[in-house]
Amino acid sequence: MTASATAAPALALHGIHKRFGGTVALDGASLVVQPGTLHALLGENGAGKTTLMRVAFGMVRADAGSIALEGAERRWRSSADAIAAGVGMVHQHFLLVGAMTVAENVALGGRGFVGGFNPARSTERVRQLGAETGLVLDPTARAGELPVGAQQRLEILKALFRDARVLILDEPTAVLPPREAQELYRWLRGFVARGRTVVLITHKVREALAVADAVTVLRRGRTVLEGPAAGLAEGAVVQALLGSRAPPIADEAGAPGTTAGEVVLDISGVSVVDDRGVLRLSEATLAIRSGEIVGVAGVEGAGHAELLRVLAGRLSPAAGTVRLPRRIGFVPEDRLRDALIPTMTLVENFALRDAGLARGIMPWSQYVARTHAAVRAHDVRSGEVTSSAATLSGGNQQKFVLARELEDASDALIVEHPTRGLDIRAAADVLARLRAARSAGVAIVVSSNDLDEVLAIADRIVVCFEGRLVPVVCNAEAVARAMVGLA
Amino acid sequence: MTDPGRERRLLRGPNFLAALLALVAVFVVVIAGGFDAHAALGAFWRGSVGSSYAFFSVTLVRATPLVLLGLAVALAFRAGVLNIGAEGQLLAGASAAVAVGLSCRAWPGVLLVPSELAAGVAAGAAWSAIAAVLKRRFGVLEVISTLMLNFIAQYGVSYLVRGPMQEPTRVYPYTVQLTDAGRLPPLVGELHVGFVLAVALAIGLWWMLRSTATGYRMRVVGAGAAAAASAGRVRVERVALGAFLASGAVAGLGGAVQATGVTYALYEGISPGYGYTAIAVALLARLHPVGVLGAGVFFGALEAGAAAMQRDAGVPSVFVAVIEALVVLAVLALDRARETAASRTAPTVAPPVAEAG
Repeated sequence: MTASATAAPALALHGIHKRFGGTVALDGASLVVQPGTLHALLGENGAGKTTLMRVAFGMVRADAGSIALEGAERRWRSSADAIAAGVGMVHQHFLLVGAMTVAENVALGGRGFVGGFNPARSTERVRQLGAETGLVLDPTARAGELPVGAQQRLEILKALFRDARVLILDEPTAVLPPREAQELYRWLRGFVARGRTVVLITHKVREALAVADAVTVLRRGRTVLEGPAAGLAEGAVVQALLGSRAPPIADEAGAPGTTAGEVVLDISGVSVVDDRGVLRLSEATLAIRSGEIVGVAGVEGAGHAELLRVLAGRLSPAAGTVRLPRRIGFVPEDRLRDALIPTMTLVENFALRDAGLARGIMPWSQYVARTHAAVRAHDVRSGEVTSSAATLSGGNQQKFVLARELEDASDALIVEHPTRGLDIRAAADVLARLRAARSAGVAIVVSSNDLDEVLAIADRIVVCFEGRLVPVVCNAEAVARAMVGLA
Repeated sequence: MTDPGRERRLLRGPNFLAALLALVAVFVVVIAGGFDAHAALGAFWRGSVGSSYAFFSVTLVRATPLVLLGLAVALAFRAGVLNIGAEGQLLAGASAAVAVGLSCRAWPGVLLVPSELAAGVAAGAAWSAIAAVLKRRFGVLEVISTLMLNFIAQYGVSYLVRGPMQEPTRVYPYTVQLTDAGRLPPLVGELHVGFVLAVALAIGLWWMLRSTATGYRMRVVGAGAAAAASAGRVRVERVALGAFLASGAVAGLGGAVQATGVTYALYEGISPGYGYTAIAVALLARLHPVGVLGAGVFFGALEAGAAAMQRDAGVPSVFVAVIEALVVLAVLALDRARETAASRTAPTVAPPVAEAG
């Protein structure tokens, strides 16, 4: 199955470095993909998988390192160069024009302004490619009206239309139901059997080992393991993925359950279906007591975002029963969009929590006093309370939102990515506030894609994997394994 | 107390600047056009604010519909509803007011005038409701539907004044005049009570937006719909719908006031595009109701002055349209400049975490 060692690698990346501001995304990563193979690129969230493949696709320019395609050194000015050279990429979030037809989407981005778009030829080519590859799509269907699986086939078709010999797929099965994921894998196997090359970005170890010819594992921007899939044990891959981790936490967090009181949040058999009709959360059952912090871990798209919104009363489930307290604080991931109105004053933002229920005259002078008190109590560094929320730094925005959501004795607090984008001091501050709230008897749910963050604060952890809840002990490795489907 | 935040005070500057630019534009246009600047500007002055007659009977009379319609536009825009249809809502309101005024001509004034105004309010709201329903049910953008409804309203008026509401001789395309009982009482010179109504409404809406829960909800929906829905659990669509209908109602009132206070009849050209100029008024006022009052009077003076320039110095009054357009462009350009300046000085938000991968 693996191509002969004499052929030049289809794609070879060496010594790739990339920083985004102060964050090192890639720290000398390498990847060598033999032609005619399916190569899995594994790693945790933030390990640098997507960034590395964006470098290969010319979307991100590396600070250092070399790219070689079929033995020839290449330098991409943009992804147009990579596409012209035969590299295709299917992104995790599809890049389709929903109002356009399949044929139009496929033709989009074609070269030659004067030659223009020939609908008949494009339609014919989509049919022809469908017959050749088995990716059959109606060329006249509107992309936005296709189901998710078909949209993904369209993305692949777009790459094939440009004659991609190396096809990169970023977490392709994250959006697919299991049956369609199996179909995709079968198709990819056939695709490499015809001599093409596939790089599959994934965090699902078991799937990767089952389907791929070879595996590369990234950890913190570095390549830590590479080799043929056949000889690799699952444990070795997981070990490489996680590296040496801090021992299980139990220290300052206090033993789970010691201070926990009666059940405050209670959901059972809750399912959530998104607007595309895909099941995001399946029969979730969870009870959270006052005075405990429950961590919810999961990789992107695993269903924890939906779970949190159900717990916060912001999303009504398609099925199941939900029992929520009267006052629930919610600190969403995107603070500047979902929690604050940047152009409005701090006082007006403080009142926002009551906006839906307020009646009659707004008691602004009371809100001014309450904002002053909350800002002082939570050490929010701000100017006047009449200055706009946009003038706060990221850490102070987070503290301000926490202050608002915790004011007036909230029974429960749902926090998404509590320390994302915060510097170390601000992050420690926010975590201390959460612990204080727990001591005060608030039932708290914290969720993050970042495992360490959850481990640092939670008394008890549940993991979301493909829309299902998996309870685990508070142990880094157990959680990490559950996140990639190895519970 | 909290409404005019620090940055709002800063915003006053650019508004005056925009107005000033407009006045400079008058100069430039007059001189570039080769007109006698002294005579033209003198006429401009005398025609707009140079005498109490000019100010009360010309400027403020012209300002009244601009203020009312400007309030309608500002109210909708504040709630994030881009109601471009004030013109059509005005026509609906004027038609309904005249219809009531003509069919209930036996009623005494104390009853008839409020009935006419109420009919205008209801008709304006109903006209905007069409676009509101289209938006909610079918996702039709209100920018497009309200604009299209303007044309429908315009042709609707044409039909009314040539059909069911035409004067009895069936020769001219207008209705008969309202009786004295059906007219708004005069205030000073030709200025009618409608101006007082406009001032009261401006202050009332300012208070409503600033101090009431309803007004606060409208503002949060306009400024940050996602946060309003998530953090405030505001039913965003309902609030936007309410603002849309209220906006239509105010525009309809504007039409009724114009019909009962100035034209006393319905005819095709009853509005020379007040609903469009009102957008400029609202933008110049930065959507602040009391600001709309000032901007409306300013635009009223511009139009009064331009009419006088045409009459006395031969300067085509279409120049006023150029000036109004320049005001809007100046406001937008100054806004943009302010935003870039603000983003340069604002604290940098922490960079997003590197791409998951």
